[in-house]
Amino acid sequence: MKTLFTNARLVCPTGGVTTGDLLIDGETIAATGSFEAPSDAQAIDLAAKTLAPALIDLGVFAVDKAACRAGGIARVGLMPDQSPVLDDPGIVRRAALSGKPALWVHPLAAATRGLEGQDLGEMAINASAGARAVATGRGWIGASATMRKVLAYARDCGLVVVAHAEDGGLAGGAVATEGETATRHGLAAAPAIAEALAVARDLTLAEETGARLHFRQVTTAAAFDLIRAAKRRGVRVTCGITPAHLLLSDIAISDFRTYARLSPPLRDESDRQAALTAIKDGTIDVIASGHDPRGPEAKRLPFADAEPGMSGAETLLALALGLVRDGLIPIERLFALLAANPAKILGLDTGTLAPGKPADLVVLDPDAPWQITAETMVARAGNTPFDRLPVQGKVLALYKGGTAID
Amino acid sequence: MQASDHSPAAQLPGRAAFPHRHLTGIAGLQPHEIVFLLDESEQWIEANRTRAKSDKRLEGLTQINAFFENSTRTLLSFEIAGKRLGADVVNMHAAQSSVKKGETLIDTAVTLNAMRADVIVIRHMSSGAVELIAEKVDCPVLNAGDGWHEHPTQALLDALTIRRRRGNIAGQRVVICGDILHSRVARSNMLALTALAAEVRVVAPSTLMPAAIERMYVQPYTDFDAALEGADVVMMLRVQNERMAGGYIPSTREFHMRYGLTPERLARAKPDALVMHPGPMNRGVEIESSVADHPTRSAITEQVEMGVAVRMACLDVLTRAERGVEGWA
Repeated sequence: MKTLFTNARLVCPTGGVTTGDLLIDGETIAATGSFEAPSDAQAIDLAAKTLAPALIDLGVFAVDKAACRAGGIARVGLMPDQSPVLDDPGIVRRAALSGKPALWVHPLAAATRGLEGQDLGEMAINASAGARAVATGRGWIGASATMRKVLAYARDCGLVVVAHAEDGGLAGGAVATEGETATRHGLAAAPAIAEALAVARDLTLAEETGARLHFRQVTTAAAFDLIRAAKRRGVRVTCGITPAHLLLSDIAISDFRTYARLSPPLRDESDRQAALTAIKDGTIDVIASGHDPRGPEAKRLPFADAEPGMSGAETLLALALGLVRDGLIPIERLFALLAANPAKILGLDTGTLAPGKPADLVVLDPDAPWQITAETMVARAGNTPFDRLPVQGKVLALYKGGTAID
Repeated sequence: MQASDHSPAAQLPGRAAFPHRHLTGIAGLQPHEIVFLLDESEQWIEANRTRAKSDKRLEGLTQINAFFENSTRTLLSFEIAGKRLGADVVNMHAAQSSVKKGETLIDTAVTLNAMRADVIVIRHMSSGAVELIAEKVDCPVLNAGDGWHEHPTQALLDALTIRRRRGNIAGQRVVICGDILHSRVARSNMLALTALAAEVRVVAPSTLMPAAIERMYVQPYTDFDAALEGADVVMMLRVQNERMAGGYIPSTREFHMRYGLTPERLARAKPDALVMHPGPMNRGVEIESSVADHPTRSAITEQVEMGVAVRMACLDVLTRAERGVEGWA
């Protein structure tokens, strides 16, 4: 079956922004720009709406099809922190099938067995079962010797290691970043340098072992400086961030708002500004939702007793489009952060509008206004720190492998 | 100075003087609202010193003291305060073992609410827990201490003690020494005393000093001797034994060497400087007995006395709306 989009504003991370048509043949993109339309194609006039690669959300904690559909996400990298943990080929295979047919789920296998930070996970077997990377999970691997083995062994298997960047020795027990807000609220806090310490160690180990390392979330100026310098030296490192850390500082936890309790915790304003700079200068490679829906039983608790995490899949695109509207980056660069780069990190041949790539596409109106409301979110839970925020950017349609997802 | 006739609160009618439903912390109170509560407390000091201490204004009201964390003196103080006002006081002593932390907190709040409590006094080990409960109940809630966050009635009784003993709060140099990091008493006192224009110095080793503390308009010191220069009030905090076993401080005796309030050290403060402690004291650790028991300079037992008066005032003021007091309903 062929589908022809006409009058589209094509946004491609590699091809830039152009106006033209796009042809899907079966499951792949057949042609873009100006070409002779085949007579047997079903034509859809997009009337200047934007057509871009569907989002690839690297590092979610739940398979939430409804939220992904609403957010224009066609693929997710699923964190190993599931029950049971993704450390066995049977479990990995089952997870990989769990989104079908609406969503591609790419499991990230546990770097260590049971995510316990001690024994190596079966990386090669889990990769053969469908894992696209290995991950340390929510936690940090405390033993440097173990992390070194994880990186060296993952390099042998050709797998990227997705790491959590918080020194557990400093951050253990903390629920906020040290600073005025945590002090005023009497909350256990860790210094922001807990992140730089973890990043410095893992960068050093990655450089020595030659492994590919992806920090799922980097949020502080000191850590960005380390990664910027490492990239310049040729270390194979990439990093990501969530919209929450780009748009909110730790003031958002005031009045003990547990929906703003995240891991890593929200940082102070100077770190937030450093994150925006790191988006602009290319230090940050990925923007991800960190989607982690949590119901009231995990959030309607005293701040320190509440679970960290936010429901972010359906707000990822709209919040990230703010970066374009603010003039920080052009829209094609945004889709590199949201699609092309995560694809590259996971070794997926997708994420652009180039002919031959899978037809994973999103049709959007980047200017359409709406308001985020926690109680009406389609996600499994509405734990968003952005409740009541007016945003712009609506997903009009989502295609996975050439098929429209309802 | 007795009731401050010139405070703005004195001119505000009824509820405008204290327009808050709950007392969850000092944060959020205007200076004149703090002064209003201090002024309201004065009447109960004299009343408590007479033989017939009872008043009937809270008769028929149910006061529940829900204490999720162990406490002896604060619980007793709130119980006496409620009973002297004629309330039916019920203590719910939910030890940490019986109420699994946090999980049933909202349910507990809903339960207390369904029992038609008229005022609830809460102590909890988690910062912010009292505000969480306050959102779920229909009656006024009083914070009797939540985690490391706030302990507002302690700050009010300390302010009242200082005002009565020093004549004023504004301009007083108050030195607070001890475990600032984990202390809700320190936080509430910093807020209340700076709001009332005292000069507040906080003293602790760096391991027990919260980050960005100067953003609370206090001056941090690690050198107790330097901080004591010219002090009008020296407020010592209790240091938990488990924090002196090496985790934050090398040892008890080392803490005493650097931060213990001895007569020699106290000599650096003003000759008539006041010595305070929220209790219970570790005698010989943060404070020496000769200082704690000093007949003229120690205000430690007076603090306990002020505690009952302040809590009576808070219970009275917070229940005025439901009692239909004119101007408050």
